[in-house]
Amino acid sequence: MMPLIEIRMTVNGREYGGRVESRLTLADFLRNELNLTGTHLGCEHGVCGACTILVDGEAVRSCLLLAVQADGATLMTVEGLADGDELHPLQAAFQENHALQCGFCTPGFLMTAYALLRDNPNPSESEVRQGIGGNICRCTGYAPIIRAIQQTGTV
Amino acid sequence: MTTRIFGSGIRRREDPRLITGGATYTDDVTLPGMVHAAILRSPHAHARITSVDTAAAGAAPGVIAVYTGADVEGALAPIPCAWIPPESDVKPVAHPAVAKDVVRYQGDAVAVVVAETRYQAEDALELIEVGYEPLPAVVNPVAAMADGAPQLHEDAPGNQAFHWVATGGDPDAAFAEADVVVSDTIVQQRLVPNAMEPRSALANWLGSMGELTIWSTSQNPHICRFLTSLITGVPEHKIRIIATEVGGGFGSKIPVYADEMIAAFCAMRLGRPVKWTETRSENFLATIHGRDHVERVEMAATRDGKITGVRSVVHAGMGAYLSTAAPGVPTILHGLMYSGPYALTGTRADIYGVFTNATPVDAYRGAGRPEATFLLERLVDLVAAELDLDPVELRRRNLIPKFDSGYDVVPGLTYDSGDYEGALDMALEHVGYAGLREEQASARERGQYVGIGVSCYCEICGLGPSQVAGAVGFGGGLWESAVVRFHPSGKVNAYVGVSPHGQGEETTFAQVVSDTLGVPVEDVDIVHGDTGNTPMGWGTYGSRTTAVGAGALFLGLNKIKDKARALAAHLLEAAEADIEYADGQFFVRGAPDQSKSIQEIALMANVAWNMPEGMEPGLEASAFYDPPNFVYPFGAHVAVVDVDPDNGHIVLRRYVAVDDCGPQINPMIVEGQVHGGVVQGAGQALWEGAVYDDNGQLLTGSMQDYALPKAHMVPDIETLSSETPSPHNPLGVKGIGETGTIASTVTIYNAVIDALKPLGVTRLEMPLTPERVWQAIHQQS
Repeated sequence: MMPLIEIRMTVNGREYGGRVESRLTLADFLRNELNLTGTHLGCEHGVCGACTILVDGEAVRSCLLLAVQADGATLMTVEGLADGDELHPLQAAFQENHALQCGFCTPGFLMTAYALLRDNPNPSESEVRQGIGGNICRCTGYAPIIRAIQQTGTV
Repeated sequence: MTTRIFGSGIRRREDPRLITGGATYTDDVTLPGMVHAAILRSPHAHARITSVDTAAAGAAPGVIAVYTGADVEGALAPIPCAWIPPESDVKPVAHPAVAKDVVRYQGDAVAVVVAETRYQAEDALELIEVGYEPLPAVVNPVAAMADGAPQLHEDAPGNQAFHWVATGGDPDAAFAEADVVVSDTIVQQRLVPNAMEPRSALANWLGSMGELTIWSTSQNPHICRFLTSLITGVPEHKIRIIATEVGGGFGSKIPVYADEMIAAFCAMRLGRPVKWTETRSENFLATIHGRDHVERVEMAATRDGKITGVRSVVHAGMGAYLSTAAPGVPTILHGLMYSGPYALTGTRADIYGVFTNATPVDAYRGAGRPEATFLLERLVDLVAAELDLDPVELRRRNLIPKFDSGYDVVPGLTYDSGDYEGALDMALEHVGYAGLREEQASARERGQYVGIGVSCYCEICGLGPSQVAGAVGFGGGLWESAVVRFHPSGKVNAYVGVSPHGQGEETTFAQVVSDTLGVPVEDVDIVHGDTGNTPMGWGTYGSRTTAVGAGALFLGLNKIKDKARALAAHLLEAAEADIEYADGQFFVRGAPDQSKSIQEIALMANVAWNMPEGMEPGLEASAFYDPPNFVYPFGAHVAVVDVDPDNGHIVLRRYVAVDDCGPQINPMIVEGQVHGGVVQGAGQALWEGAVYDDNGQLLTGSMQDYALPKAHMVPDIETLSSETPSPHNPLGVKGIGETGTIASTVTIYNAVIDALKPLGVTRLEMPLTPERVWQAIHQQS
């Protein structure tokens, strides 16, 4: 058994602590220790973007980070987007524009788009295409996702 | 209720759980006492196993058990193939769930470790010592059938998995009498489906009850249950498969794989719930691939542009074993579609299924029909070039004229309805075809290369009549069923045998229920994906969910309505013949104030205080629907590309898709299917391809190496539609899930070849990478 390291972090406004092996990925910590299974693992090698979350405001791939690297950090996952029963405008726009089908990649797109719109509230279509270029969706062909993000940006 | 919700693009009810992280996919499920399995896979494409030493792995931290092929042999029957086309000499070689003596592809399972955590299980895999004696390998299906090729299976001499020939009309006469014959060699490269959710299984064995439950990423849980019972020996009625939330499939979650059965085996041995989830690397190696044809094809025509015949000789790579539905794909779903939307006099498909040392191939979105459309539309362009005709004009001269109730084509199919030229006109008008040709001409004068690709297609889907399924060797039925239950409060559940995984039928089926019963759509829930609470069904693939599944649902709804009408007559003290129905109300003809709502009827049926003599309580119906024929969606697509001759780079500038799937229950969802399908088909044309080296090592084994379409690589798809109802089902609907991949690959390919025409390039291998395009240009000049 590898030595366990104590970590603490804030996720979606709540404090969490745990004792983890240093090799445990942040994604597995969120999914298996905190039961925040909205963060999905599509490739586990940093290409598909399904596991994207915010760490201290930056959109990152939680499969490429270790849980211990997030010690002391403030995290936001897809579960933190809505305000109670009130969908975040981005979530509402995804539904409105049919920007998801199987939904597996969707949490990663939402979190990527959240950071994108925060930094650039009115992106052009081309900026959105580049901004989500690190996320793979196999169902939608992307156009509805782009429309949803642009629609949110102009709300 | 006065407006019909059928035809309305209402928002999907699936979405709230999916956009909030609240959905539960298989890997999200945990059970008390759950342990984790990891599978050791062969690094060799072909090798004899000389030894397996598991001692160190067994002693590793957290490890509970290590099993090898010897442990599994006898406990799990070989993984079966379930589609055996008749008169094709199929060799359904045994596929052991865990290899014991020989591995036949990189990724073949060799051992499994069960440990307390997934990390520990994967650690222990590295401690297993396997002795291999490498054997020569072959991955190309033509090379595999050549003399002296490495042999995969004793029972399949020459690596021939099957040989299937379908002759329609008189192809030899068509070719003998032809003025023009064009031919081509087409390589339909191997594709990796890459559903975003990896495959996963959580198996739970209740020994005292003899019950096996598997949460599984399946497109067809009832087929999965049937085959699981054959493989594990657990009786079918003691097995429950749960596949309620599945993250995409595209065909790759149709088969029953060794891995899920291994998880079940481990759970039954250990008496603990066992979860196995593939890594993406495993997905590349051990989840089915698609396509992999090498085709020699030819088309016959007269000098005045009448196309008469098509012939092929196809070597279809099957990989190392025959996956669940694999032999049906290049045969029934391909060779019977050689007439396409055209009236031909003779077709012949001569198809060899070939074993190779590669991942098994099976149905991938379109499954056989993209390959058929590709060869037809490629050959039509070649005939047009030969006759110096505009490709559109040649298509016009050969399209089957508009028909609405049956058209027989020489391969032996009866198409349902079509207006092929109408779709073509719509696409050309929208894209501005004449203007584009002018633009192309002036661009060429400036040394710029614009290409316009056009394709017409019709395809076979809505699988299908069960009698035909039996006749073509499909090891199951293809009907569907539904149970509709009205609750006392007037709410409705419909339990269906189909198993959507992204296609949105929780919404579209609720629309059908709402319209037919006159209840608000919010009062309806569709239940699917769990064999524990849904009636038998054959699953979601082959664009059959709406065409067949909604047919069963519709029959069930009408049974409910019939019973409600009889009960209304009793309660209103009128003759049943005098009861009329509108918008959820039953009333006496001529006395609309004397009425009962369907919810009032449902309450009375459920409490049963006042029922007519002999009527059973409850308002519930079960219905089975076996379609009389397939459905045949059709359309016309146009692509516009810019090719840079200096670097071979292709920009897909515009894409116009006109598709006709009959009446659309939810146009928003239909459009979504087209968008996704077109982009997947563009992936095959431009970027995707599984590449093996000569030793059978997969070189494109990650998303880093295998190029999937991303947002900045594709344009918005311009979608239009016409509406030609099918006479083959009660709602008149046709499938739309696969039309995108069926039409778009060749449309884009034709556009690129059209762009390169002045440079003398007439063929390229896919994917059309800049390097290949550049090389082709420079070889010509």
